[in-house]
Amino acid sequence: MSLLELNNVTLKFGGLTAVDRLSFSVEEGEVFAIVGPNGAGKSTVFNLISRFYDPYEGTIRFDGHDLLQVKPSGVAAYGVARTFQNIELFEHATVLQNLLVGRHRHRKTNVISELFFTPSAKRQEVENREKVEEVIDFLDLQAYRDKMIAGLPYGVRKVVEVARALATDPKLLLLDEPASGLSVEETTDMRWWIDDIRRQMGITVLMVEHDMGLVSGVSDRVLAMADGAKLALGTPAEVQAHPAVIEAYLGKAS
Amino acid sequence: MRIVFKTDYMQDIRPWKDGYQLSLYLILLAVVALAPWWLDDFYLGELTNVLIWAIAGLGLMILTGHTGQASLGHAAFLAFGCYANVILIEAGVPFLIVFPLAGILTGIIGALIAIPALRLHGIYLAIFTLALSILMDDIIVLTEPITGGVAGKYIGGVEIFGFLVDRWGTPRAFYWLVLAVTVLVTLGYINLLRAPLGRSFIAVRDSEVSAQAMGVDIARTKTISFGLSCAVTGWAGALMGLYAGAFNNETFSVVISIQLLMMIVIGGLGSIHGAFFGAIVIGFLPQFLSISKEYVGAVIGGNTVAIPGLEFGVFGLILIAFILFEPMGIYGRWLKIRTWFELFPFYRKDMFRRQKSYLKTERLR
Repeated sequence: MSLLELNNVTLKFGGLTAVDRLSFSVEEGEVFAIVGPNGAGKSTVFNLISRFYDPYEGTIRFDGHDLLQVKPSGVAAYGVARTFQNIELFEHATVLQNLLVGRHRHRKTNVISELFFTPSAKRQEVENREKVEEVIDFLDLQAYRDKMIAGLPYGVRKVVEVARALATDPKLLLLDEPASGLSVEETTDMRWWIDDIRRQMGITVLMVEHDMGLVSGVSDRVLAMADGAKLALGTPAEVQAHPAVIEAYLGKAS
Repeated sequence: MRIVFKTDYMQDIRPWKDGYQLSLYLILLAVVALAPWWLDDFYLGELTNVLIWAIAGLGLMILTGHTGQASLGHAAFLAFGCYANVILIEAGVPFLIVFPLAGILTGIIGALIAIPALRLHGIYLAIFTLALSILMDDIIVLTEPITGGVAGKYIGGVEIFGFLVDRWGTPRAFYWLVLAVTVLVTLGYINLLRAPLGRSFIAVRDSEVSAQAMGVDIARTKTISFGLSCAVTGWAGALMGLYAGAFNNETFSVVISIQLLMMIVIGGLGSIHGAFFGAIVIGFLPQFLSISKEYVGAVIGGNTVAIPGLEFGVFGLILIAFILFEPMGIYGRWLKIRTWFELFPFYRKDMFRRQKSYLKTERLR
């Protein structure tokens, strides 16, 4: 059984069909990339998986659970973490606090025990911190640990967002354009990190990305979309050579 | 230049950074606890007032400073706490039971009101809560048999373990009562901020979308925030009632709500210190103005008649100046001065400058 399965998913905004009867599945342990021109509905697919939108029809199943049955805040509990295209960090908090919010789904204490900061709350804090430190070491964020997000450069914020998603200890990581706005060196770093996330941590990665170098470098399979519908699905080389994909990007040869 | 070496996670989890910082706060606590011996009764009363305002400020800070929900209706919760406290005392329940109960009841009311308020954001929420504040006035008048309506209610002292605690009769005892509540509320607040709940408040404030993606239930978090905020405000209201001794439907007017919000903005949103700094400004400004008016009158030879609206005018000016020049409030300025000393001579001018972010995720609904 696949880890994530989208079956015949359709989403309409008024008269516009943003996602059109889309079906695909992501296998455990692979890096799966979605590519397509602007407005193809790639980020919308992410927002559907995050339950920010309700699909018009179709099913979304993750790890044997029907995702359409849970609230947006319940998706993380199943082990799905994500980043955002335009960086949605908690601006007026430190990097450490941001990553600790990622541990929220593992919270075992309640309001009362937290207000009195009982020994169990203290223990939980230490455990959370140990987990977060692993992620900080993994992504080389030591220098920024106590810095406010509001004062960090763009490239670092991008990494912090990946770190926050990893801190949730996910099974599936959704990366929405992880390399957009990054320099060549930073993109190369990101490439190796995605590779390590899959190999060392055993986390399945689903990403939307425009940088074809990154896509063909790390992904096992690629889904090309245009106008909300599936164009092609296969290895990076197959998709890049697919006539429908070339047409969607460059237009028809007249 | 002082450097703290961290060798243990507990150093980040416990509330103080190092022994030096802890000793500073303990000295402050000792100085404040011994205030009755170095202050006369008039200034002790003023200090009590400042502490009560600080508690109310902490209450609003939870909601506005940390969860990002502006409220212009906290005077309504002050009133609820005050009336709940006095009515239960009149019913013969001992103060030590009534007082916690007054806060808890206010908290429950606050959480119930939060449920319809959850759908509102920003200015709309402010207007909704403003309406609450105005409604409270009418509710007090309409429920006259319980609340005493326009005639109001009086409360003398209360008894704790047989000791009389009265604002006028035993100002020292009353001061210590207020101080104890302040310390307890502050400790609870500190615990909140270092636990997952406090971080989820900050997450909701800064980005609801990603808070949700991290598994934070927005509606639940906001409701808890409203509840906690109103509970603390209720305690402040109960103390305000005891402090004033007499109150009616007009005591907790909209003006109090606005003053409370201005107070935490001036003090510094999103910090515990901010509530205290703001309370000091609010509490001592009228005294400061009347004293300086005398001096100015003596120098320029004018009379010392009351100038209507002077206090609010000056207050407004201070607020505008802060929003323009120091949006982080007094606490923000305090942080800068402290950092300057800690890093001397390495402080840079743009150390606290924030990177502008122009991109925001598009609206999802």
